[in-house]
Amino acid sequence: MKDDKTTQNGTNRRKFLKMGLLSGATTVAGASLLANLTSEEELKASGEKIRVLTPDGKMVEVDAESINNYPEAHITPEESRKGIPGRKFVMVIDLSKCKNARTCVESCQKAHHLDYNEEYMKILLLQDHEEADPYWFPKPCYHCDEPPCVTVCPTGATFKRDDGIVLIDNERCIGCKFCVTSCPYSVRQFHWSHKPKFDNTDLPYSPETSVPGEVGTVMKCDFCPDMIRQGKLPHCVSSCPMGVIYFGDKNEDMVTNGEETVRFSELINDRGGYRYLEHLGTKPNVYYLPPVDRQFPLERGFDVDEEIIERYKDVPYVQDMKEKGKI
Amino acid sequence: MDVTIRKKELVKEFSPMLLKPSKWSKIWMAILVAFILYGLVALVVQLTKGQVVTGMRDNVVWGIYTINFIFFLCLSYSGAFASGVLHFFNTPWKNAVSRIVEIITVVSLIVGPIFIILCMARLDRLHYLFIYPRIQSPITWDVIAITTDLIGCLLYLYLTFIPDFAILRDNSEGLPKWRKKLYTSLAIGYQDTPTQRRRLHKITKIMSAMVIALAIVTYSVLAWIFSLTLQPGWNSTIFAPYFIVAGLYSGIGVVIIAMYLIRKYFKLDHYIRKAHFLSAGVILLITALLYGYFTFSEYFARWFSHKTHDANLLETLFNDYFWMFILANYIGILVPIAIVFFKKLRTIKTITFAAVIAVVGLWFNRYLIVVPTQETPYLPIQDTRPEFVHYSATWVEWALSFAGVAAFVLFFMLLMRLVPIIPMSGIIDYEKKGKVRRDGLTQQQQP
Ligand code: SF4
Ligand code: SF4
Repeated sequence: MKDDKTTQNGTNRRKFLKMGLLSGATTVAGASLLANLTSEEELKASGEKIRVLTPDGKMVEVDAESINNYPEAHITPEESRKGIPGRKFVMVIDLSKCKNARTCVESCQKAHHLDYNEEYMKILLLQDHEEADPYWFPKPCYHCDEPPCVTVCPTGATFKRDDGIVLIDNERCIGCKFCVTSCPYSVRQFHWSHKPKFDNTDLPYSPETSVPGEVGTVMKCDFCPDMIRQGKLPHCVSSCPMGVIYFGDKNEDMVTNGEETVRFSELINDRGGYRYLEHLGTKPNVYYLPPVDRQFPLERGFDVDEEIIERYKDVPYVQDMKEKGKI
Repeated sequence: MDVTIRKKELVKEFSPMLLKPSKWSKIWMAILVAFILYGLVALVVQLTKGQVVTGMRDNVVWGIYTINFIFFLCLSYSGAFASGVLHFFNTPWKNAVSRIVEIITVVSLIVGPIFIILCMARLDRLHYLFIYPRIQSPITWDVIAITTDLIGCLLYLYLTFIPDFAILRDNSEGLPKWRKKLYTSLAIGYQDTPTQRRRLHKITKIMSAMVIALAIVTYSVLAWIFSLTLQPGWNSTIFAPYFIVAGLYSGIGVVIIAMYLIRKYFKLDHYIRKAHFLSAGVILLITALLYGYFTFSEYFARWFSHKTHDANLLETLFNDYFWMFILANYIGILVPIAIVFFKKLRTIKTITFAAVIAVVGLWFNRYLIVVPTQETPYLPIQDTRPEFVHYSATWVEWALSFAGVAAFVLFFMLLMRLVPIIPMSGIIDYEKKGKVRRDGLTQQQQP
């Protein structure tokens, strides 16, 4: 029965999807929701009826004015456990276009009130084998379908939602750090001490925004469900000048990097998409496109702070370059 | 033999140990308390400032707290195992050591979990483990296993204390009033009648089998906390038995050390004899061989198949942790084996020395299991603060670790003030049995 409903809603959504995609480059495929409309100035006083997609996937007709009265919906920790119905979020990262510009890192830090030294998104410099050239490798949380971090959590503070997103409820986390040791991708980080920014209670805490932080709890990339609910793309996706990161809905088979919207299945199959460390069986929801036909030379990535370069000092390639005096 | 007179004698013999602490034991206690106070200062610092005062950081999130936790549980487990075996099979020389072993079991089971609690960053939310339990999580299994084990071991320890409490109650001339009262209530009306005796014996025997089972379960669950993850170096099928053998090894080591110290400071040479050291030494030898075998298989398989991630781990072990590796896995195993293997080398002192090496080596072996793996994850550690890459414990962690050891010794000493470290009831049983057997022999010889 539930499935029937989803298919029905699915057709509606698909219609809406076209509208959404036409209306703005930053709109996630089909993720146009109530809150989105609050920002549209001209609708404010119009009084006309408009059709919107509610967070639970229903198409409804509402008065445009009444929409304005909705503040950006605050999703409580309890609500955040459910997920956005009928969705299955995926990310595709095109390694051939990444040049360690770090705008994704920085915009994410800004949005999640992170310090300069805390990154949900990390950029690694990987080299697959001796013959291969190294490449830049952005690493968010993979929002695994078989997430070890969720299995081991003794309190259910970290959880997997129906829409595929893995979140942390830092009001429930007891700081045992078992999830940190069990994530094979070293994604999770920890609030080791209290910081003044945690006291900022302007925004009530929601696992969907991961703000404000809380001492003694874990944190990680959250796929920005708050943005998705507003019909926007996660910060890393929209900020990347190269359009490296695609985000979308697997059920819709659509992903977008803000500039182009493509079929997820085609992208993966045509470009040899893969998941990192597939053999571990964690079933990530983040796919990579291999670093072939690079658009930028690798060295462009060293156009960053000295302190950042230092973070790659153990990579043989970097040691080589340093010896040659190239960086 | 008149049992009542013998009881009196024994109480007389042991009561100085219970009542009049020597100058040395007072000094020792003062030192221990100082260590514990220092640990409390560290605890306050950690609670107020957060775990930022420890050496743990994003890459290595489990440090020496976790190691101490495994280490103490390891002692407890092996204590339970040893004492269960001693009781269950009614080993002839068990009496002198059984109480030492039992106390080690319980005390380390109390101290151990404190460390894992220290490792949790939000102590104020500890009760969430019970209000939001998730049975899928190995930590939940651990909580269940440890509490059950603790209750089981406390009960068991108490059962073995009862006859002595009764003896102390009945022969309490000269004991302070509060002690008399304490012993009376603790002895719960035990009168040493044949029925009571039979019952107590039966229950103790059942419990002794139970604590072995409980200990094995608890310690396996503990090993699974590591081996159920996907991390290279932890995800190993032999971890549970490996931990169990390692536990036995270090446990026997601590028993030997305790025997040595108690014998020396309380002048109990006639109860704790060389024979005990020799038997314990042989067990140490057997467990050392087993433990060495497990250690070897564990690393040999990784080294021989050299999957990339295993190879990375071994590289970390052999580069960054070279000396620790040698100390833990060569010296910590081979030296005790060498000492106890040759008959000529087996003296009380050398066996104790071997035990010390075994225990220290095992602590470092646990360190090598916990820390280097976290420093060598699947994805290389990059794009992170340089000071976040390697782990080294801070004074707070050391202070609390030493406080833990101090608490262990202090608890031990305090329990020794409550009951004689050599079970008096056991001595009487032993002497009775000896008499019966002698009588039996004489009867047989006389046609
Ligand atoms: S990448 Fe790590 S933190 Fe993210 S869902 Fe998978 S296991 Fe959990
Ligand atoms: S640190 Fe928090 S989120 Fe992670 S396993 Fe422990 S309780 Fe769960």
